[in-house]
Amino acid sequence: MKQEKPPVLRIAEADAEGFFASGLEYSPPVRGMWNIVHMGMLVPEAHQIYCCAQGCLRGVVLTAAEMNAMERLSWISLTEEDMFNGTLEQSLTEGVSEIIEKLPAHPKMVPLFLSCMHLFAGCDFDGVIADLSVRYPDITFIDCYMTPTMRTTIPPVPQTCRQLYSGLQPRPADPESVNIIGCDRPTDPDSELVQIIRNAGLTLRDLTLCKTYDDYLQMAESRLNILWLPTAHAAADALEERLHIPQIYLPAHFGFEKLRDNYARLCDALGIACPDFSAAIAGADAALRAAKAEIGDTAVAVDYTAVTMPFSLAKLLCEYGFRVKYIIAEAAGEDAEAFAWLQANRPDILLYSPNHVNMLHQHESPPEPVLAVGQKAAYYFASDRFVNFVVNGGLYGFSGIRKLAALMTDAYHNPKDRRPLLRHKGWGCESCLLS
Amino acid sequence: MKNIASIIPCYAADTSGVCAALYELGGLIAVHDASGVNSTYATHDEPRWEDQPSMIYVSGLTELDAILGNDEKFIADVVSAAHDQQPAFIAVCGSPMPMMIGFDFDAAAREIERRSGIRTFSLHTNGMHAYSEGASEALLTVLAEYAEPDAEKLPHSVNILGALPLDFGGPAPVQSIRTWLSENGFSVISCLAMGDGIPAFRRAAAASVNLVVSYSGLAAAQYCADCFGTPYVCGVPVGAAFSAQLAEALRNAERTGENAYPCAVRSDAAARTAVIGESIYAGSMAAALSVSGHPARLICPLPYADGILADGDSDAASEDAIAAALAAMQPETVIADPLYRFILPKQAKHIRLPHYAFSGRCFETQIPDLTAARFDAWLNAQVMRNHKEDRP
Repeated sequence: MKQEKPPVLRIAEADAEGFFASGLEYSPPVRGMWNIVHMGMLVPEAHQIYCCAQGCLRGVVLTAAEMNAMERLSWISLTEEDMFNGTLEQSLTEGVSEIIEKLPAHPKMVPLFLSCMHLFAGCDFDGVIADLSVRYPDITFIDCYMTPTMRTTIPPVPQTCRQLYSGLQPRPADPESVNIIGCDRPTDPDSELVQIIRNAGLTLRDLTLCKTYDDYLQMAESRLNILWLPTAHAAADALEERLHIPQIYLPAHFGFEKLRDNYARLCDALGIACPDFSAAIAGADAALRAAKAEIGDTAVAVDYTAVTMPFSLAKLLCEYGFRVKYIIAEAAGEDAEAFAWLQANRPDILLYSPNHVNMLHQHESPPEPVLAVGQKAAYYFASDRFVNFVVNGGLYGFSGIRKLAALMTDAYHNPKDRRPLLRHKGWGCESCLLS
Repeated sequence: MKNIASIIPCYAADTSGVCAALYELGGLIAVHDASGVNSTYATHDEPRWEDQPSMIYVSGLTELDAILGNDEKFIADVVSAAHDQQPAFIAVCGSPMPMMIGFDFDAAAREIERRSGIRTFSLHTNGMHAYSEGASEALLTVLAEYAEPDAEKLPHSVNILGALPLDFGGPAPVQSIRTWLSENGFSVISCLAMGDGIPAFRRAAAASVNLVVSYSGLAAAQYCADCFGTPYVCGVPVGAAFSAQLAEALRNAERTGENAYPCAVRSDAAARTAVIGESIYAGSMAAALSVSGHPARLICPLPYADGILADGDSDAASEDAIAAALAAMQPETVIADPLYRFILPKQAKHIRLPHYAFSGRCFETQIPDLTAARFDAWLNAQVMRNHKEDRP
């Protein structure tokens, strides 16, 4: 029977705005992507509180449990009565207060997450935050949102990213420090990006490097916010508006010229001379050639959870002769230029939906053995030969390409047992499943 | 406040109960929700997800569709998925947002059935109740739909009602219950809802007695009692002595037609052990302890039915209330999920019994099969463990 909504199509036939018809969604057992709980844990000395229905709480609470971090998260469950008896705000204030009183010590920050229901009910969140701030002046309360229903306005991840920086308060600027914001792990210290900052004698501040709440607060002193993940835009915009910290976006391209342009813009913003990247480029070039020599004509599948610009990566790999045959993604997004190149030059690449209902049995009959870049590619193509990371894994720039090529080669020669790796929630996070 | 927790988890919600109950039946289950409910269920509440694909999906409700009342999107998407996947039936249920916008699941189910030609059920969840409430409605619904009322009664035959991974962890304990029934002279007509499908449920009315192993199966059991005259017995065969009593209760119920609650028959005198968990399963453990000379009380934070709790048991459900019940009781031993460790009395020995509906995957490899004499052996091994390692 012909499917009404096929989950796969040739790239030549795809609309860059959205590849697949909307419909019911499937959740493959691939758990490496971070959620808002993982993100909230990045703020040192913070205690997250979630207020929502039991069904929504369950996922966030067990995220913390699997991280062995139950002592850093509390919850208030909503009932039907809470929505209709006129005590929504009061219950919230009293519930948060009761939790704080039970904690062994006051946290420095409380990211308080409300749900879709609160927004639909018109909850006065500002009033709640104000009341709590008066009651506990030693605690910074941050309004946060677990509101997936509103994801077409702003999805939970960029929204949480923005809010987690909202605890920063104006401070005298330190011209010798810059921030990298919006990452879920440190940017690779070997990357040219970090090297440029270090070699200029600047202090690099990054939430993922903060050990104390004071470290976090010091991020307000930096003269520039650098971001390279698209989910950090809202945070950078808010910090620019509120703290007047300028921003520079350096998207995680895989094209050499694009990267060179990124670095030129960065050096211009920092007021320093742009270094020569010949050696770094040569290193990336050599690594790609070496990887191709090893991997040969094995089909390659790339997925959008592994890298933020999967089409840019696919284009690079195609230019080096790799047989990129499958890409898992929903839309081209900021990667439209590379997407268009692939449409013109590799029209037979097949696009697969990440969560389409008709992907339910995809893993049972993969079309051929593949080298997978990313967890969803590994799952859907049933491949133990895969690069296991999410959101670029902290890699960036020419060194990132060089390291990714090495990871691909390693994945080709050293298959992994994908099952325990894919079920680990929050790649890179502590997990009781691994003990 | 009764609905806060500073450090313990919450139990799985009603939507997960629906999905778990219907998981193996070949139906398409559509949860009307933005996104989180399905991934939470698939990640934390369903151990079968990786090995046994099932057509359980989320609608991906958006702000605009919610505000504009675009019910057509949900209906059309379910019909389209059903066209592509040809399920045995369709079930639709909801999360908090559909409740907020007053989504009419009954009407949507009728329309989906009309368009798809596939039998469609509506289940009335909103993500604000325990898993056992959702599972209960789902099991009742499928039994009422598929059980053929004129099936001839088979002597010494049972349905196992309420068997879910959320309570039992995996298939092994349920298989052991089947084996135990066989060893006691009973054939199993069907098991709701692990290991059997709709063909077995069609014959459910043939059972001479029903064994209810969790609250999730009680409504279905009552339906069988009302419609087919099948008595039921509440209990899980844990411990050699209690299991013998349970087997006798099954024989007696078959003979007399009277329902029985062996899991609630236990002494409250000088109880020094507390068991925290699901009313019938954990209650059976408390009964097994009492039978073996170690009186125990049940603390049941989940829904329960009349007649299931014994004198001295507690229905404390919140973190504070459970801690207070334990403080009042001052037990020497507490049998409970490992994630209760944060609120147990300091002097109490904690025997860790992972409950999938509470701690999810965290201790999944440590969930024991406690059927019959295995419970006694497990308990002895736990008691012998060093007290220090079990304290919070």
